Amino acid sequence: MAAGARITARGWGWRHASRRAPAVHGLDLTIEPGERVLLLGRSGAGKSTLIQALAGVLGGDEEGDATGELLIDGHAPQSARGDAGLVLQDPDSQVVLARVGDDVAFACENLGVPRDEIWRRVPAALAEVGLDLPLDHPTSQLSGGQKQRLALAGVVAMRPRLLLLDEPTANLDPAGIVEVRDAVAGTLHASGATLVVIEHRVSVWLDIVDRVIVLDPAGGLLADGTPQQVLQHSGANSAGAQLAAAGVWVPGFPPARPVRRHRAAGVPLLAASDLAVGRTEFARRRPTAVSSGIDLELASGESLAIVGENGAGKSTLALTLAGLLAPAGGSLEALPALARGLGSQPFRWRSRQLLTRTGMVFQDPEHQFLASTVRAELEVGPRALGDSPDRVGTERVDELLERLHLAHLANANPFTLSGGEKRRLSVATALATRPQVLLLDEPTFGQDALTWQELVALLAELVDDGTALVSVTHDRDYVETIADRSLLLNGLSSEGRVTV
Amino acid sequence: MSLIVPDIRPSAVARINPVAKMLAAILLAIALLLSIDWVSAAVALGLEALLLPLAGLPARQFWLRTATLWVAAPLAAFTTVLYGEDSGALLARFGPITITDGSLDLGLAIGLRILAIGLPGIVLFATTDPTDLADGLGQVLRLPARFVLGGLAGLRLVGLFIEDWRFLALARRARGVGDSNPIARIAHQGFSLLVLSVRRGSKLATAMEAKGFGSDRERTWARASVFGARDWRFLALTVAIPAAAIVAAVLAGTWKFVLS
Repeated sequence: MAAGARITARGWGWRHASRRAPAVHGLDLTIEPGERVLLLGRSGAGKSTLIQALAGVLGGDEEGDATGELLIDGHAPQSARGDAGLVLQDPDSQVVLARVGDDVAFACENLGVPRDEIWRRVPAALAEVGLDLPLDHPTSQLSGGQKQRLALAGVVAMRPRLLLLDEPTANLDPAGIVEVRDAVAGTLHASGATLVVIEHRVSVWLDIVDRVIVLDPAGGLLADGTPQQVLQHSGANSAGAQLAAAGVWVPGFPPARPVRRHRAAGVPLLAASDLAVGRTEFARRRPTAVSSGIDLELASGESLAIVGENGAGKSTLALTLAGLLAPAGGSLEALPALARGLGSQPFRWRSRQLLTRTGMVFQDPEHQFLASTVRAELEVGPRALGDSPDRVGTERVDELLERLHLAHLANANPFTLSGGEKRRLSVATALATRPQVLLLDEPTFGQDALTWQELVALLAELVDDGTALVSVTHDRDYVETIADRSLLLNGLSSEGRVTV
Repeated sequence: MSLIVPDIRPSAVARINPVAKMLAAILLAIALLLSIDWVSAAVALGLEALLLPLAGLPARQFWLRTATLWVAAPLAAFTTVLYGEDSGALLARFGPITITDGSLDLGLAIGLRILAIGLPGIVLFATTDPTDLADGLGQVLRLPARFVLGGLAGLRLVGLFIEDWRFLALARRARGVGDSNPIARIAHQGFSLLVLSVRRGSKLATAMEAKGFGSDRERTWARASVFGARDWRFLALTVAIPAAAIVAAVLAGTWKFVLS
């Protein structure tokens, strides 16, 4: 089975049932067996739609309308299931079974692989993706990055002729990204499978892919060719420059970085000393610390990045600083400039009192959505503050819709947005009430270069105007651009330390 | 330990095929529901008390998981004593409430019966890995894989819902709407959880479909589920419990067949 699959699209398009505009349309394309394609395009250009159609999981007539034809080796993708293996963005919703080995075996079982062969493939697949765990390890205890490698292992074990990856490394730390990338390269080398990968960070996959296809949000293709042709960066009118201008992350075309104003030291807002952070597990009374010994001071107009490996407790620290989780040990004190008459423990504040003090944007935007339209979502915070409906929904909301490129989606349901759009919306909801401390958990995940640039510019402006910014991130460009300091968390193994 | 995925300790019962355990629990329940008398329930409960410790369930887990039964059984017994069908000698009367020999017997029979059916069911489930149960249902009972594995995957989502619920509570607090009264908050949060779980469910279904689940191809099973001699012995042993209970009740003359 050492051959790849051939993909042909003729005038193919797809419209989600709930949307007026098609997600993809007028696509004409042939991908030869064994080709390795990097699929690019702006956030919302229909990349995920195309890859899900190829995996045969786009759903039937009730989910949307298809036009034209899309074939894998001359067959409809639905009937070619098993030929195509798909790894999706969200690590949590891809785990099917409770134990690592069983989960990898699941796809093989469905494809009717004999039992002996399954248990030969499973350890091999796990080794290939660098997941060095016993077969009976519980999947519930894996980090996001490990879950992503587990999903890849499941696909690798299927021995698909078409490998489809939808931002498979977006949630991983830099070491994890390289591991997964190398695992994919190894698999392709062994199987000769065709590859289609979506990834905003072009540089990660550049050594592996031999073709780059850029989807045009207006329909059809923006560019198609070898990486050299599509991404060449000589001259201001080169293909690479045009792509970069369209929001694609092209190596050699870093997005514009905002110029930071030089400021005097701000007013101290938060102080942590020997802080331990953790979550209270089911049926436990006290929180279990995931990171401890954290000393930290945060002042207005200061930008702090929390970095570290997956599972080091970065998100938990952010939730604690935001006053959402109680410290698991040590102390976290809100200083007078932030407390403004309230007690010094943010965790004790009322929900409404948090709004103008700390704003937290969660890693999974869907957890934070409360309203049925994008506009109403942005009005939730101001309304809770007691602003009248007339004042709400005018300037601030409109400004945020505009700045974060959400104006055309003002009446859309937040859950129907693309991954990148959801993230921008969740950032906007926190900004709506102008908190003194803004905490963001992976704010740039899934953003194309243009929205990244806009987001960073907006954040830089906020920091320059005196907002304290705390960002949990794996994004090195982001840290270099906007962080004044980085806090490296190593979990419990060593103490948290601040590097300037 | 979590609500859904128990820590399965290696024990004689943990190694029994889940299908045998399920059949045993069902047979026991049916047999004990045929008659409502205290002798059969007491004999069954007594025999179970001898056998349940062999299941290897840690004491803390046993009491945690069966806690509701220990509340429900006396409560049901008590209300039956007060309001149950009267017969025999009148023992006490408080206005419309009468306690008679008959209602006392009936209350005892119902209280014991709830324990005799509930305890083994809970203990057998708590010593069963859901994955093994799905394997057994699919291979031994040959139930449709779509149904069995769909259920199993859904069970894993329940664990995620608990996590989601906590995150939703944090998120509502972060969005400034966490102060409302508890009832309104739980209602809103419940709706958010519903939306989120439908999303999760459909995403999981997509991931499962992408892994070839639900195709027409004949499925194989990575883990063999064998119903062997040990499982038959276990079944025979557990069938002996209701059998002994029925014989004892008939001999004692308390057997009251519910359908006669």
